[in-house]
Amino acid sequence: MRNIFSIFWREYRSYFVSPIAYVVIGVFIFLIANRFVFKFNEFVQTSFQAISEAVQVQETIPKFSINDLVIRHFFQHIRTTSLFLLPMITMRLLAEERKSGTVELLLTSPLTIIQLVLGKFLAGFALFITMVAPTVVMHFYLFAYGNPDLGPIITSYVGILFFGAAVISVGLLISSLTENQIIAGALTFGAFLFLWFMGQISDTTFTVWSQAANYISITSHYNNFAMGVVDSRDVIFYFSFTFIGLFLTYQSIASLRWR
Amino acid sequence: MIQVSNLSKRYGNFLAVDKISFNLKKGEILGFLGPNGAGKTTVMRIITGFLSATGGEVKVAGYDVFTHPLEVKRQIGYLPELPPLYREMRVREYLKFCGRIKGLKRTREIKQRLDYVLEGCALKEVQNLHIHKLSNGYRQRVGLAQALIHNPPILVLDEPSAGLDPHQIIEVRRMIRQLAGAHSVLLSTHILPEASITCDRVLIINRGKILAEDSTERLTGKIKDSERLRLACRGAPKDLPKTLAGLPGIIKVDSQPADSGTGHGVLLLDVEYKLRDDSRGRLARAVVEAGAELLELRAQTMTLEEIFIKITSRDR
Repeated sequence: MRNIFSIFWREYRSYFVSPIAYVVIGVFIFLIANRFVFKFNEFVQTSFQAISEAVQVQETIPKFSINDLVIRHFFQHIRTTSLFLLPMITMRLLAEERKSGTVELLLTSPLTIIQLVLGKFLAGFALFITMVAPTVVMHFYLFAYGNPDLGPIITSYVGILFFGAAVISVGLLISSLTENQIIAGALTFGAFLFLWFMGQISDTTFTVWSQAANYISITSHYNNFAMGVVDSRDVIFYFSFTFIGLFLTYQSIASLRWR
Repeated sequence: MIQVSNLSKRYGNFLAVDKISFNLKKGEILGFLGPNGAGKTTVMRIITGFLSATGGEVKVAGYDVFTHPLEVKRQIGYLPELPPLYREMRVREYLKFCGRIKGLKRTREIKQRLDYVLEGCALKEVQNLHIHKLSNGYRQRVGLAQALIHNPPILVLDEPSAGLDPHQIIEVRRMIRQLAGAHSVLLSTHILPEASITCDRVLIINRGKILAEDSTERLTGKIKDSERLRLACRGAPKDLPKTLAGLPGIIKVDSQPADSGTGHGVLLLDVEYKLRDDSRGRLARAVVEAGAELLELRAQTMTLEEIFIKITSRDR
């Protein structure tokens, strides 16, 4: 356990020594905040417009669900933006070690490959949490000006965490396959987009294939969380996905001995 | 401490290590001597558990490296050819990290060992600098410090003096010599004087096979009952070697024409004569009386360099 922590802490700190962490987190927050403000404004405008029209025509004042219009979009945006930015975080986790030769230090020290993989995974995951955490602040504005449901917000964050874990495990796997960070980043990016599109396919058709595609898609399993439902099927899916990613990473590193 | 038997390593079709066997005894400094590409780094990587062998067995302190890798890795401090440094870390942080992953537990213990290796590797001045700011010499010393930090009984050093300037090389060799006794050291080099100065025993390796194994003294041929001389003569008659060989006290005479660097028409003679019988004067007079010019007469021990080149070129 100590080894896992040592590796995790070393990696997490090194993110903040270089500009990587600051740039990625900064860009992420900027994009999310931007979209949030835009959507929020839109919500305010449409609801005022609708209310003033209703008052004019003497109809009942419609209620706009802030949840549907702003929050759901907000989390979808977090999900999509993470999909684009996470490759930046994960690409160096193992590729850099292989390139600079420090993997030789790690593999000749008395620590197991499991400890190494978990330590690296936790570092990426911790950075992901650090990236998403500041978005919590934005919800305070929603509570000040509207009447959002706390439940879906909380489950949505839980879903985002699961989603992030799954995505990071894939990024870690791809990073372990190459020495070149750029290749790792590009492949991870491609993999994520592929998994995302799987979800898009299932929306249009309704055959066996689309059902299967829907199951594989990382993004589809998130939808229940967004609605405030924590479905055990989704949790199991994300756990399995993450486990497979980490397991394959373990195999990839174990095979380095034989090259 | 280390027993290697019939070790082989194949990369695809290429056989990098071909049934190598040797032992590292407790407290000794064993040198791997070989040209680049001989397989030294591969053997070290197998011993430290970084690579797996395709044949044979490696036992370190009684543990087989394939079945008990963790125990083996605890016993060994390894300095690879390229020191595995995290450039963005400071020296202190890096060494503390290395100490932790190598099994040191308590903070006080880590701090004590840290101070010890900083002192021993002369890193006190740079301990708070980022590693990417250090020169090659300092980086090599940080690498050595990392190998020592957990006080392992066995040290495996791959080309420990690579890239260092002459002062630093002397420093590193001194450090290694000091470590012997308390630690057992396996080091590899292609610099021959390093092997003869630093090591108790030397294994000459080429193309994955051990060509010679012996103590440095015996390998450099300090044979106690004869001495060797080198003579350089110009204008010597064809039978000069035979004449000299006929003199009393002379065991053997080898001759070869000098290469064009030394001069035209110069003959080099390696003369072996009995120790108690100082034949130098006799030889000098014989050369002059034969009508040749005696350009050079000097004592010569066969250096490790000549042995090495002889052995490895025979293998070519």
